[in-house]
Amino acid sequence: MTEQPSQITMVGAPDGHEGQGFFATSLDKVIGLARANSIWPLPFATSCCGIEFMATMGANYDLARFGSERLSFSPRQADLLMVMGTIAKKMGPVVRQVYLQMAEPRWVIAVGACASSGGIFDTYSVLQGIDKVVPVDVYVPGCPPRPEQIIHGITQIQELIKNESLRRRHTPEYKALLASYGIE
Amino acid sequence: MAGLTTEFVLEAIQSRFENEIIHTDTPYGMLTLEVLPASVPAILQFLYEDDRLRFRFLTDLCGIHYPHQTAKELGVIYHVHSLENNFRIRLKAFIPEANPEIPSVTSIFRSANWQERETFDFFGIQFKGHPDLRRILNMDEMSYHPLLKQYPLEDPTRTDKDDKYFGR
Ligand code: SF4
Repeated sequence: MTEQPSQITMVGAPDGHEGQGFFATSLDKVIGLARANSIWPLPFATSCCGIEFMATMGANYDLARFGSERLSFSPRQADLLMVMGTIAKKMGPVVRQVYLQMAEPRWVIAVGACASSGGIFDTYSVLQGIDKVVPVDVYVPGCPPRPEQIIHGITQIQELIKNESLRRRHTPEYKALLASYGIE
Repeated sequence: MAGLTTEFVLEAIQSRFENEIIHTDTPYGMLTLEVLPASVPAILQFLYEDDRLRFRFLTDLCGIHYPHQTAKELGVIYHVHSLENNFRIRLKAFIPEANPEIPSVTSIFRSANWQERETFDFFGIQFKGHPDLRRILNMDEMSYHPLLKQYPLEDPTRTDKDDKYFGR
């Protein structure tokens, strides 16, 4: 076995002003940085894509490297709803209820073709994409996506978290989006 | 225990239910009987109880829809297995779409309960005497029976498909 050089990269500091003994930046950026690197995902895994997520959490890919080792199986404590797998129409109201129980700020990632669009299941019993019932922030294509792709999706969510207004829930766009889903 | 033969089983059923059997066949070597819908429970009961046959396991119960088979559009198919003799047979009964009723066999096989509910869910077949005939797999709000051929299989809300890539 060859020894792998250990490469540990720390999260960089946000833009700001630095001088002797001080560093000044905006609160938005600090909180965005903290939130982005401590996402608690709620895995909503219903089928094959869920298996890829298990690999993503496993030692080889290790989502913990991105600050998400703590899965939250209670929606009330989760930041990120990860829907992975085919959602039957009967399951649609459950996804929606889980989303409603999550506290703001909350993000949603649709992993795989099924969660994004219904995938190969163009049939009467399958919801044709979870964006029919809840708003989605990031879509990960693939049937199933490889763990690298799922991690890429998470890093995209991190970018969103870092760059969004901290109080996005008060923005008119966000309110309009939720209203279009009949939420609140 | 001596194994059963197709001839023996057919003979045993025919001697009891001569007038109830419409047609017999052995596709792929499996004895298949088309019978009158009203006599299904009696035949299954006989198959269950007869000491030589002992067909005591209901492998499968399912529906089928042949829209062009006038007055016999809907069918129910029963697969029973004699575990002791390792012998399987199949019964078919056809009913008209206009009056899709057939007696339930839940009194003989408890396992028929959910299978009849499934058949009702997908084909709308009414199993008379079923203790709790309601949908089992589809959403309760669904207003039709989706495996009837007049309904499209595909979901009309699909938006990401370009017909030209799907031969439509
Ligand atoms: S997208 Fe493919 S792998 Fe993922 S749940 Fe659907 S069928 Fe399974």
